[in-house]
Amino acid sequence: MRMLEPFYKFSSPQHFYRLSTVLAPWLGWLAVALFTTGLTGGLLLAPPDYQQGESVRIIYVHVPSAWMSLFVYVLMAAAGVAGLVWNVKVADAVARASAPLGAMFTFLALATGSLWGKPMWGTWWVWDARLTSELVLLFLYLGYMALQNAIEDRRMAARAGAVLALVGVVNIPIIHYSVEWWSTLHQPASISRIGAPAIHISMLVPLLVMALAFTFYYVAAVLVRARCELLEAEAGSQWAQAAAATAAERP
Amino acid sequence: MNGCGRAFVAVLRRDLVIGFRHRSELGNPVVFNIIVALLFIFALGNDPVILGRLAAAIIWVCAVLASTLSLERLFTPDYEDGTLEQLLLSAQPLPLLVAAKILAHWLLCGLPLVVAALLLGVLLYLPQPGYPPLLLTLLLGTPVFSLLGALLAALTVGLRGSGVLLALLILPLYIPVLIFAVAAVSDAVHGLSIAGQIYFLASLFVLALTLLPFATAATLRLRLG
Amino acid sequence: MNDPSGNALEIRALQCVRGDAVLFSGLDAAVNAGEILQIDGANGSGKTSLLRILSGLARPESGDVLWHGRSVFALGPEYHMHLHYVGHGNAIKLDLTVWENLQFMRDLGVVPGPDLEEVLARLRLRAHRHVPARRLSAGQRRRLALARLLVSPSMLWILDEPFTSLDADGRALVAELVGRHCRDGGMTAVATHQPLAPASAIPTHGINLS
Repeated sequence: MRMLEPFYKFSSPQHFYRLSTVLAPWLGWLAVALFTTGLTGGLLLAPPDYQQGESVRIIYVHVPSAWMSLFVYVLMAAAGVAGLVWNVKVADAVARASAPLGAMFTFLALATGSLWGKPMWGTWWVWDARLTSELVLLFLYLGYMALQNAIEDRRMAARAGAVLALVGVVNIPIIHYSVEWWSTLHQPASISRIGAPAIHISMLVPLLVMALAFTFYYVAAVLVRARCELLEAEAGSQWAQAAAATAAERP
Repeated sequence: MNGCGRAFVAVLRRDLVIGFRHRSELGNPVVFNIIVALLFIFALGNDPVILGRLAAAIIWVCAVLASTLSLERLFTPDYEDGTLEQLLLSAQPLPLLVAAKILAHWLLCGLPLVVAALLLGVLLYLPQPGYPPLLLTLLLGTPVFSLLGALLAALTVGLRGSGVLLALLILPLYIPVLIFAVAAVSDAVHGLSIAGQIYFLASLFVLALTLLPFATAATLRLRLG
Repeated sequence: MNDPSGNALEIRALQCVRGDAVLFSGLDAAVNAGEILQIDGANGSGKTSLLRILSGLARPESGDVLWHGRSVFALGPEYHMHLHYVGHGNAIKLDLTVWENLQFMRDLGVVPGPDLEEVLARLRLRAHRHVPARRLSAGQRRRLALARLLVSPSMLWILDEPFTSLDADGRALVAELVGRHCRDGGMTAVATHQPLAPASAIPTHGINLS
């Protein structure tokens, strides 16, 4: 139980708020640095694919955003469960704050997937298994945000959202498997998946750098968003009003 | 009959009796399905070959839409007149009472879909080999719709605009059933084996039946608390 | 761990928050067999919230409600079998007849009670036995709502504005029911503006939430 002490401290809204104000800027700049490195590596330094040419470079944005879209949903569900079971307000705030970010990653994955498909297949959209699954994931995110907005009481909204996210997490593998299976039924043999080509080390490194960049961006963004959620949730308390006043004074 | 069994039957019977007191509404799922099929026919033309090929898909989409529309009636009336609270306050196990409500809902809203589907099969020129798998997939799939729908209806009970919200939340979750059910009917029409699809639907059904009444009961306590 | 003070129903440091507003805080009370807990307060002061917390439906922000020393939120069904809650809404099905509503209340209950005919007689609804609840007047519906108290006996009655829609006869009926219940060893928690049993000598604890 001694191991859990830092978690107890972290789970207090006040401490989280302070931690967030300190950490977020650093993580943000780190993300910027990683984005620069990754994009340089991906867009300039890495070799073009012998089949797809320069257009393959979009995977440096598409693939990490797709990874993040799924990662954030799982995190959102986990935070929701933590808030539901142990009544941790910070977890509720993190879950609620993560949803728009996850939705943004999903949308980015869809948009870049569409851009990638255009030079290859000539159409702005193709119902390949992965893109279709991403679209369904986007609806799961939108549903989660709609549910939270529909419930006025914050705590009840967080708990209901946690249930929904849990249902979503259980269903995502089922939906993904079904969509995969479905795409094999209906795609004519000539159209293969929009898949990343065989990964060579010179492509893998920028890809991982970009994935890290996205991750740090997400953490920084969720820290900022979550602390704003906490300010709103705890608006009546003294610490929140003091913190809001200080924040207003800062340039 | 012990207390739990009597309570289960009481809830089931009450919901069925109320459903039958609104006898005119019982036919609504069937009528709705026929109207939607009519829309498809106007949009696609009346060529029997095209319609026959799309029949299974159209029938199943109609089933999905009709299911979604009927879900609001599961908990909202009880929430509004206070009887839902009484179910939570009875010392009977809530998952059992919830299961009774879901069963009543399926009998009133899901079973008519099966009947409607047979009718639509005729209207849409569904090939002969398609009827048995259509029936089987509907018998497996519509209960899953009711069970899943109940969880989300419990989650959104009493919220403003809950009808549309419920639809937005439930439709992605209905996709797997839709995919496998339509594939089963198509494959059967082409003479292929559909064992895999049926096993998948059956396992979804069993999973839903064993887990969802408990999850729905917990969600009701959460929302009404 | 049984509470040594031995109260049947106890409220400890109860706090209720709705949205941003604290409805009440630091509430303490105790009720025992044969007693009434009368809750008064302006509209919106939290009477219904308090009663819903007492019945175990809703959770307080902080504090606890104890039934014979144990938290009602931990007890769950073990607590619910000892109480009946009649809220603002009548919790009756308008599409069912009076008799069908009574049958349902009986079938849902855990403790067997008197013959339904007797319940009908006490509530003066005998003549309306097979009338759909939709065709009853507001006062008759309220009396039907109160039937659940009689159909399946319980120790604790939790009543939210029971006098609503009732005429003078109806109000006298409620007062008589509560009086008999308390004299028989039950207890009642009731939210009401009107004095419940002015003439009888039932020990009454009062809470004013304004």
